[in-house]
Amino acid sequence: MWTVFGCLVPPLLLSVFVFGVQVLFIAAVSVLSCMAVEAASQKMLGRPLTYLDGSAALTGMLLAFVIPPGVPILMPALGAVMAIYIGKHLMGGLGYNIFNPALLARAFLLATFPVAMTSAWLPPITDGAIFTYLSGIDGMTTATPLAVLKDQGMAAFIERFGEPRDIYMSFFLGWRPGCIGETSGLLVVLGGLYLMYRRYITWHIPVSVIGSIAILTWIFGGESLFGGDPLLAVLSGGALLGAFYMATCYVTSPTMRSAQLVYGVGIGALTVLIRLKGGYPEGICYAILLMNPLSPVLDTWFKPKRFAPPLRGEQ
Amino acid sequence: MAPTFSFPKGGVHPPEAKAYTEHLTVEPLPLPDEIDLILSQHIGAPCVPTVAKKQEIGEGALVGTVEKGLGVPLHSPVSGTVKAVGNCVHPIRVSAPAITIKVDKEAAPIVWQQSSWEHLDAQALLGKIKDGGIIGIGGAGFPTHVKLKPPADAKIDTLILNGAECEPYITADHRTMVEQTDKIVEGARILLTVLGINTCVIAIETNKPDAIGAMSEAVAARPADGMDISVAALSVKYPTGSEKQLIQAITGRKVPAMALPSAVGVVVHNVSTTKAVYDAVVLDKPLLEKVVTVSGGGIERPANLLVKVGTRISDIASFCGGVNERCERVVLGGPMMGFAVSTLAVPITKTTSSILFLREDEIDTRPLSACIRCGWCLDACPMGLEPKEAGIYVEAGRAEDTAQFGVFDCFECGSCAFVCPAKRPLVQFIRLAKMKAKRS
Ligand code: SF4
Ligand code: SF4
Repeated sequence: MWTVFGCLVPPLLLSVFVFGVQVLFIAAVSVLSCMAVEAASQKMLGRPLTYLDGSAALTGMLLAFVIPPGVPILMPALGAVMAIYIGKHLMGGLGYNIFNPALLARAFLLATFPVAMTSAWLPPITDGAIFTYLSGIDGMTTATPLAVLKDQGMAAFIERFGEPRDIYMSFFLGWRPGCIGETSGLLVVLGGLYLMYRRYITWHIPVSVIGSIAILTWIFGGESLFGGDPLLAVLSGGALLGAFYMATCYVTSPTMRSAQLVYGVGIGALTVLIRLKGGYPEGICYAILLMNPLSPVLDTWFKPKRFAPPLRGEQ
Repeated sequence: MAPTFSFPKGGVHPPEAKAYTEHLTVEPLPLPDEIDLILSQHIGAPCVPTVAKKQEIGEGALVGTVEKGLGVPLHSPVSGTVKAVGNCVHPIRVSAPAITIKVDKEAAPIVWQQSSWEHLDAQALLGKIKDGGIIGIGGAGFPTHVKLKPPADAKIDTLILNGAECEPYITADHRTMVEQTDKIVEGARILLTVLGINTCVIAIETNKPDAIGAMSEAVAARPADGMDISVAALSVKYPTGSEKQLIQAITGRKVPAMALPSAVGVVVHNVSTTKAVYDAVVLDKPLLEKVVTVSGGGIERPANLLVKVGTRISDIASFCGGVNERCERVVLGGPMMGFAVSTLAVPITKTTSSILFLREDEIDTRPLSACIRCGWCLDACPMGLEPKEAGIYVEAGRAEDTAQFGVFDCFECGSCAFVCPAKRPLVQFIRLAKMKAKRS
């Protein structure tokens, strides 16, 4: 677990660099309160104390990654209670929880503090040359790029952010507003690839999530069929973070590789559906939460192929 | 480079740790003071002792027979006096019926005379193999003569000699292949003759290039016999030495669940067993001793030893310079399929291939936790089973409902437990499941 945690440190540091030092406070509060709540819950429920195994710390880090950098400092602490106590321990503890705790907490915070969670964006403080146009946009207090695209259409998007092809790079490298962890697609992908290389995760879930988001957005996401922008869809709205770090959560995803493909496509399809038809540009959070309870079901549908069946009449 | 063979599904790559002993020539262990011959050395009915307390016996003398059922006779590997016919410490069952013999170290060792076997028919050869007490010494301990008499309706076409030795640390088969090469080839010819077939493949993992080289040369150099004997290199992957995986790797055939290799026309014998067959047939020498790898960071001097069956671990350990203080666990067999013993008074049997003295950094000390559903055990299981589900069911007290996860196909290779990040004792769970589950 600490390895996965480590993979999230580079994007966090970048985020500190981009948004300022308060990001570090939020992450620290989130991680430490998750560990504290884990310890307290385990004491209370009489379970063995494992708050140092990295699992709670990872949840805390992921929680910090999916909230905006400008929220009040106590919000991640509240989220930690939600994630660890309710989302994890009241659902049975490590290995038994149905929903991804970090995303559950995010959904909870979003429902409770809709304003802070959707407007506490901070402008990047470093003005890289590619980003000067964003510093002009009064603190970015209104919306993330996907929200602008959805609510005001392509013309407004281009007016505010420039041509999509110009901003791919800034999205990919991280100079853009957004949740703490969704700044740099590059660092998220690099961390994810490292986890694959170390065989902590396999390609099945990330590829099926990202692939289905890209293809479905391309087909349905534009003004005409096949007019969508798959690259923008993948680089924004936390899609990469969700695909590599949230959807791959062992406990809440199916265990069979074949079932994982179905699961990933389900997440991708729901993400695109929510983004296009629903109210949330960051639909992947809900898509994952919606698919989580299907994991055990998918696992009973997909069974490993046995070595060789018994001969007829013998068993 | 000739192609290497492998099995497709599952498998793991534990650290091989063979460097301790792979280059060490087998040395004979000096006679111990006492030995304990456990009466059930093999799978099947235990032997009935044919000697009494205080009786004097010579090396190679018959001390136990099997009157009914599956089994082979037991011989004394030493000259000496029967000290007791009672019980001794047993590695799994705590205590087991055994014959304890006080060794007469002054007695002259027997010189076994060579005789020709080519004129003997299959029946006579089988008799010698049975009377020699030969069993599968690679691990399972199944009587060899039974495996050589496949059911009448089976059409056997291939004999595979198993020299994979895929368990980490163990180098007993490896050294036997390098040092007893010609006897193994001769043994293969005997086995082919008994089976009445022509084709034999000697399968060896590529991490033993010297064994592959030596066996290939010996196969090529044998006099013309019209037999088709060849050496095949196996990719290094655990458990490629398991019978079903080995047969699939070499022939592409899959042995059905609950069936024996003969169902797909194959018979498998271990290379060291083949050497023992040679001894029994050509020298009329029963199975009296065993090459045992003594290894791990917890023993002063790792070695490959030729040990009399029944020798206690304590005698072996002191010959190897003793156990050092960093030793955390003593394991009989390999780290994947072996089991820890709690006392050095345990004697070795015909199927002991290694004794490991493992340091803390050589054993897995991660804490156990709940299954985190990572699915790694599903990827690792070569049989396509669901160890995680079986484990969860057993923990929940529903062991009797686990047949659906294939627990009866599990041969307890330990690959699933090896990869499990939660360190779940999956093999133990499955053993429990097998005891309680009903075959559907
Ligand atoms: S021990 Fe059994 S369940 Fe586990 S990997 Fe081996 S065969 Fe599969
Ligand atoms: S490897 Fe262990 S933790 Fe992972 S699914 Fe299997 S039993 Fe569960």
